[in-house]
Amino acid sequence: MPKDHAPKDRGIGASSRRREDVRFLTGTGRYTDDINLHGQAHVAFVRSDVAHGRINAVDTEAAAAMPGVLRVFTAADFASAGGIPCGWQVTDRHGAVMKEPKHPILADGKVRHVGDPIAAVVAETYEQARDAAEAVVVDIEELPAVIDMKAAIEDDSPLVHDDLGTNLCYDWGFVEDNKAKVDAAFKAAHHVTTLELVNNRLIPNAMEPRVAVGDYAFGTGDHTLYTTSQNPHVIRLLMGAFVLGIPEHKLRVVAPDVGGGFGSKIFHYAEEAFVTFAAKALRRPVKWTCQRSESFMSDAHGRDHVTKIELALDAEGHFQAIRTETYANMGAYLSTFAPSVPTWLHGTLMAGNYKTPNIYVNVKAVFTNTVPVDAYRGAGRPEATYQLERVIDMAAREMGMDPIELRRKNFVTEFPYETPVAVVYDTGDYHATMDKLIEIADFAGFEARRAESAKKGLLRGLGINCYIEACGIAPSQLVGQLGARAGLYESATVRVNATGGVVVMTGSHSHGQGHETSFAQVISEMIGIQEDQVEIVHGDTANTPMGMGTYGSRSIAVGGSAMVKAATKVIDKARKIAAHLLEASDADIELKDGKFSVAGTDKSVEWGAVTLAAYVPHNYPLDQIEPGLEETAFYDPSNFTYPAGAYACEVEVDPDTGKVTVCRFAATDDFGNIINPMIVDGQVHGGIAQGIGQALLENASYDADGQLLSGSYMDYAMPRADDVPFYTVDHSCQTPCTHNPLGVKGCGEAGAIGTPPAVVNAVVDALQRAGHTHVTHIDMPLSPARVWAAMQTN
Amino acid sequence: MYAFDFVRPTSVADAVAALGEADAQALGGGQTLIPALKQRLASPSTLVSLGAIAEIRGVCLDDDGRVCIGGGTTHATVARQAAAHYPALAAMAGRIGDPAVRNRGTLGGSLANNDPSACYPAAVLASNATVITNTRRIAADDYFQGMFTTALEEGELITEVRFPVPQAANYQKFVQPASRFALTAVFVARFADGVRVAVTGASEEGVFRWTEAEAALSDSFTPGALAALSVPADGMIDDLHGTPEYRAHLVRVLTGRAVAAAG
Ligand SMILES: Cc1cc2nc3c(=O)[nH]c(=O)nc-3n(C[C@H](O)[C@H](O)[C@H](O)COP(=O)(O)OP(=O)(O)OC[C@H]3O[C@@H](n4cnc5c(N)ncnc54)[C@H](O)[C@@H]3O)c2cc1C
Repeated sequence: MPKDHAPKDRGIGASSRRREDVRFLTGTGRYTDDINLHGQAHVAFVRSDVAHGRINAVDTEAAAAMPGVLRVFTAADFASAGGIPCGWQVTDRHGAVMKEPKHPILADGKVRHVGDPIAAVVAETYEQARDAAEAVVVDIEELPAVIDMKAAIEDDSPLVHDDLGTNLCYDWGFVEDNKAKVDAAFKAAHHVTTLELVNNRLIPNAMEPRVAVGDYAFGTGDHTLYTTSQNPHVIRLLMGAFVLGIPEHKLRVVAPDVGGGFGSKIFHYAEEAFVTFAAKALRRPVKWTCQRSESFMSDAHGRDHVTKIELALDAEGHFQAIRTETYANMGAYLSTFAPSVPTWLHGTLMAGNYKTPNIYVNVKAVFTNTVPVDAYRGAGRPEATYQLERVIDMAAREMGMDPIELRRKNFVTEFPYETPVAVVYDTGDYHATMDKLIEIADFAGFEARRAESAKKGLLRGLGINCYIEACGIAPSQLVGQLGARAGLYESATVRVNATGGVVVMTGSHSHGQGHETSFAQVISEMIGIQEDQVEIVHGDTANTPMGMGTYGSRSIAVGGSAMVKAATKVIDKARKIAAHLLEASDADIELKDGKFSVAGTDKSVEWGAVTLAAYVPHNYPLDQIEPGLEETAFYDPSNFTYPAGAYACEVEVDPDTGKVTVCRFAATDDFGNIINPMIVDGQVHGGIAQGIGQALLENASYDADGQLLSGSYMDYAMPRADDVPFYTVDHSCQTPCTHNPLGVKGCGEAGAIGTPPAVVNAVVDALQRAGHTHVTHIDMPLSPARVWAAMQTN
Repeated sequence: MYAFDFVRPTSVADAVAALGEADAQALGGGQTLIPALKQRLASPSTLVSLGAIAEIRGVCLDDDGRVCIGGGTTHATVARQAAAHYPALAAMAGRIGDPAVRNRGTLGGSLANNDPSACYPAAVLASNATVITNTRRIAADDYFQGMFTTALEEGELITEVRFPVPQAANYQKFVQPASRFALTAVFVARFADGVRVAVTGASEEGVFRWTEAEAALSDSFTPGALAALSVPADGMIDDLHGTPEYRAHLVRVLTGRAVAAAG
């Protein structure tokens, strides 16, 4: 339901309409699949239909002779190419670096998951390529599949990568030095609550499947890759430097309109390297458009943790210690950021909103014969939040305490707060978001609503939880120490045109988030010009400064900060020009509403007159200032940002069928300052829908042979409009971030992080209230069948 | 998709002739067949579209008061045009798939395919309908012969289905969360001479009649009449979305709900 937002009509705090929606909603966006180059050929991949096997032979002769076929590629063609690189190296409990297998562009010697590409056929048309792909004869000796993570690290398990000698990628302890203290705290505890749970594997399913078009200009030696990416510069660096050996100045990566990513389009994929390579080999543009069924088995999946968490409390309910043991599925190869997700994006968040003095997190990352697993909306933080908020709920029940009071008793209240898991929360007010939640969720009316449900024969439950997340990734030096092989700054160039319009070239990438609108609002606010005087350019390495792209709710906090820095430089210079024009001193010049004026006088000059002077420097202090008005800035954050909030979910459970209906959902989020309240609402809405999807519907499931049982929408349930209620969201509790210029924290992932525990807590609450007192936990997704089965065990 | 020829005859006779060619296949609304073609799971030499055959489209009443529906009639048309005559049937058709599926998919295609989770088979079996083809009439009890298996011969076309209209009827569909086909669904139809209960989505043998429930409900058409009955889990479908026990349980729950709703 639309609601009245801040009354401002432009700038920071205005609910400006998303300008990009005009093209998205009228079918005039330009997506990668809309790019068709002259003379373009098409590729179809031959993919493994077994999870694990030795490749004895790949016979391409018949395929190569098929109509329209230009060439059939196999692993042998990539002998000189590097493997798909991993961008993060984790060091284990014992000081050893993680096991890092080679990830070839096309399977070499072995296939390691259903969907692993073995050969690639390039032909004049896609249909011809596909026909010929079927004629490629692959002789595979099938091997037993490694699927179950715990079995995978037993001594007798088959190996996904023979040369590694183990399926254990790393065994990480955090903080290893805390372990003894944590164990001691458990021994001394009054009460210990233990919960074993599964954080279900998810398939991202962005609306737009992945696409890649490679182009090569042999006259100049320039490569261009058009791709569905959240971070074109990262792809340029990874693919250029590590895979194909193309220097960055000869490689342009363009990520035009991108139809959703949710993490799955961060990573560098083999298909991108393939089309780039093949375009040069064939001197023809080569295009790949992923089929939806292909994306199920080639896009990196998300989550897939199996966890045991223990919470130690004293008699009053003060948290004494947390200890966790998690098995994290890496899949068959290490995707770009995979190792960081269950470690630095998960272990560091295990304190949640609470002051628990002792925390120890153990994570065993395991290779299996499944699609690689990597960051997916929230990435590690949903996994941390889910286990923590579930175990707290369980502890409250076991100790006969109110779940809200138990949380409040343990809230962090003084900031900055350094957790025992190595992060410093700069600011927050968890009581405030909880107070607000109680108000907007109408807890007072719950009993009456429960009685109404009971009249219909339905069991109503109420679930609440808190969350905290670390966004705005990330301080480069810190992540460097933690194993990142990249910096995580962001960049922007602010170019002012002679007539006063502004173009911002940002290293952030928008694939649905609305940056073109919200970034323009910031510039509009800073200069005092209309938003339509500002254009945001992103997604092309040829015309944007080196940037790290968009994920981890980092765009406004890091990319926005870079833009503010660059705009500040521009304004400072413009102020000097204005001072010259007004014959005053810089220090006396004020910029307001697009006008420079001399403080305390009525002398002023318009923004446009100053910008014109910058480019037509006739009356201009050329001896002191260069002409032109364009500045670039890089911003490297000094800390993460810590959005936090409290969520409430009300469900009805049908006791006869186990069907769960989400009736009400309320979210209070502290995102710090807000640029566009409407866009923030939308981000939270989308995140909640994804969270409900994970909690109730979505389940990527493999059988023991490594076949993906949920390989299409026939079995993989995405949330639909009627699976979700209207949401009540509030972000009026604002503790601005203390260390970035806008005081912003980031809002892109909160919904997906905070929602799953709220839903599961609500279902367990409904069953408990109905007398199913043995039902203390049900693993996600809480499908009707699972909920019903849980009720049968009484 | 593999390459195929495409013909669009305007009469049943011409369609049957075209289907006489080797590996020719009928195309109804394409809502099952087109996805199979796209996944290269089918490779007909010729697709014989039934879309231009007016004589197999439409809904009417015959002299015996039966609702007669052409084999090429879409689900959307049935939802609209059968509503006045046989509301439970129209409601069932109105909940198949989404609007696009309902505007393309046909009664004949659904019955020829006989998906174990499809809706129409339950309606046809519970209604004791007659499936009429270009060569014969087939009683519902003889038509369904297990998952994806029917009494149809190669090249035989469903031209019409005649549904006796029950005194009371209701269809309870419990949807599979992903596909929204029936995870289990029950069609209950009460006729003057007895009650018929057909179950879809549950059994590995496809649609079936729950005869114990029919007997009990014929004596007393109340949900309570089912109290002492249970459905064995043996032979029920076991998949990601439900165990055999769960499906067996749903059969009873949904039958009770259908009886209550039919009134
Ligand atoms: C997204 C989606 C959701 C769906 N949800 C449901 C649902 O909830 N419940 C449900 O019951 N179904 C559902 N369906 C299936 C839908 O009802 C199909 O329309 C139906 O199964 C097939 O009908 P069709 O006319 O499209 O047949 P087609 O796909 O054209 O053909 C199917 C088969 O029937 C044969 N055939 C077609 N017409 C005739 C005829 N007149 N005589 C003999 N053989 C014929 C064809 O040769 C082919 O073998 C869904 C489908 C989709 C795509």
